[in-house]
Amino acid sequence: MSNIAKAFDHGKAFIGFITGGDPDIETSRQCILEMIRAGADLIEIGIPFSDPIAEGVVIQAADLRALSSGTTTDKVLDMAESLRKETDVPMVFMTYLNVVFKYGYEKFFSRCQQIGMDGVIIPDMPYEEKGEADEVASKYGVDVISLIAPTSAERIKMIAADAKGFIYVVSSMGVTGVRSEIKTDLEAIVGEIKKVSDSPAAVGFGISTPEQAAKIAAYADGIIVGSAIVKIIAEYGKDAPKHVYDYVKSMKDATKNL
Amino acid sequence: MTRDLGGAKIYFKREDLNHTGSHKINNVLGQVLLAKKMGKTRVIAETGAGQHGVATATAAALLDMECEIFMGKEDTIRQALNVYRMELLGAKVHPVETGTMTLKDAVNEAMREWTNRVDDTLYVLGSVMGPHPFPMIVRDFQSVISKEAREQILEKEGRLPTAVMACVGGGSNAMGMFYNFINDKEVRLIGCEAAGKGVDTAFTAATMATGTLGVFHGMKSYFCQNEYGQIAPVYSISAGLDYPGVGPEHANLHDTGRAEYVPVTDDEAVNAFEYIARTEGIICAIESAHAVAHLMKIAPTMSKDDIIICCLSGRGDKDVAAIARYRGVDLHE
Repeated sequence: MSNIAKAFDHGKAFIGFITGGDPDIETSRQCILEMIRAGADLIEIGIPFSDPIAEGVVIQAADLRALSSGTTTDKVLDMAESLRKETDVPMVFMTYLNVVFKYGYEKFFSRCQQIGMDGVIIPDMPYEEKGEADEVASKYGVDVISLIAPTSAERIKMIAADAKGFIYVVSSMGVTGVRSEIKTDLEAIVGEIKKVSDSPAAVGFGISTPEQAAKIAAYADGIIVGSAIVKIIAEYGKDAPKHVYDYVKSMKDATKNL
Repeated sequence: MTRDLGGAKIYFKREDLNHTGSHKINNVLGQVLLAKKMGKTRVIAETGAGQHGVATATAAALLDMECEIFMGKEDTIRQALNVYRMELLGAKVHPVETGTMTLKDAVNEAMREWTNRVDDTLYVLGSVMGPHPFPMIVRDFQSVISKEAREQILEKEGRLPTAVMACVGGGSNAMGMFYNFINDKEVRLIGCEAAGKGVDTAFTAATMATGTLGVFHGMKSYFCQNEYGQIAPVYSISAGLDYPGVGPEHANLHDTGRAEYVPVTDDEAVNAFEYIARTEGIICAIESAHAVAHLMKIAPTMSKDDIIICCLSGRGDKDVAAIARYRGVDLHE
């Protein structure tokens, strides 16, 4: 069984995202450790990309900050390796296909296995095109996480049935970013997924408040929060880790006892 | 030019004479009709030089669709005239302030916007690039260029040309110019890329000359990028060729050796822009002038029996002010 399943072993999972190297490698490392201390069940580490098409302005700016501070794929891999020595919380990378492609599928996924990274999320790689990367990832025991969007419709069954690790349910149309209201009928989408898959379904995009977290965690197996955390890092810079702890704690608490 | 250059016989495929001023309208009319048939009420598009934006805004006005255009802020400045034209045509122009603020960033924003509103909107992509099936859709709509050129040259000369050529950014007019000649193995296909200040400088957009294989904007092709796959900031005097990638079918024609791709610098393109104006009385787009520049190099080396067809993809009214600036001439409006 995938190590990712552990994240969903003890109630609703809180999945926190940060961009590796934002604003620098050491600060993002500390932020991740604080997220774990606050109860995060799964960590998503972004490998920065120059043109993150699925991201709203908040994470775009984080990628830019990380790249400007000299962050490279190798440095983020090294950071993950050092984190793995301190924690066994499941961790996945989130990046864009060109980053992985250019690094080389063999080299990238073998390094993931060696570090102990559990999965990878590649939002610009459609399900129908994943074969090339997925084959190599599978060989090294790295789960390629599938995404399901409000427009996936008849593709939901196909994607969900074949999912590994967990299923990333995209809450709304558009790119990542804090939203005051989520209108999609997520309960229905999660219901569709549950008919064909045992993989946990976690919802992301737009979630920022404990109220939203509690509401969504009532029917989903986990919630994914990115932009709201990255905003804290943008605001506090090197002082961000303790603020990240407070925020993640408030979000995690909101989903307890559900 | 045939007389002046003293080599191959030169023909131009005059896409610059199209309504809206470039070949872009060929593709746009097809796609906006498609959008209409699909029941969409709104179209969005990226634009570099503004030619694709103007064409899309025109078709949207004609077919009663809402229209929003994404254009790098840098390009809205160097192609201010086209911004105003789009607005006259009823389109809303969004200046894109991310990244290098040029064509690549306009594509990013148009893609982001499309994920936001896909139910009533079609993204009318302007070149033979992006996710499948866009490279095929655009190629098919632009193939009218070589369909006409092939018929016309056979009628005029009774034989096929020695070479056909066009400028290449994403590569839509070049793919249109090449397509119906691909199976005529004896016809050379020549694409002219924007080398900017030179392929050995950091200020270039020559993807075939300096790029490596990657997967970006939904396509596997050649891209200007660093060793980690970060897309490189590219540069060309021509906003329409200022793109770090190239359509995947061009990458294939390059790899199989069927087509040749050559870099052309800003300086060479500006010289060609002035030369064709003086010699033929045609003010062509600075994009097209890249093809004209290479034409000026190869025509004299060929024999009088050779025939070259060069695609003049657009007209150059939009570029006059920028060329004047390049030459240090201060124009007062």
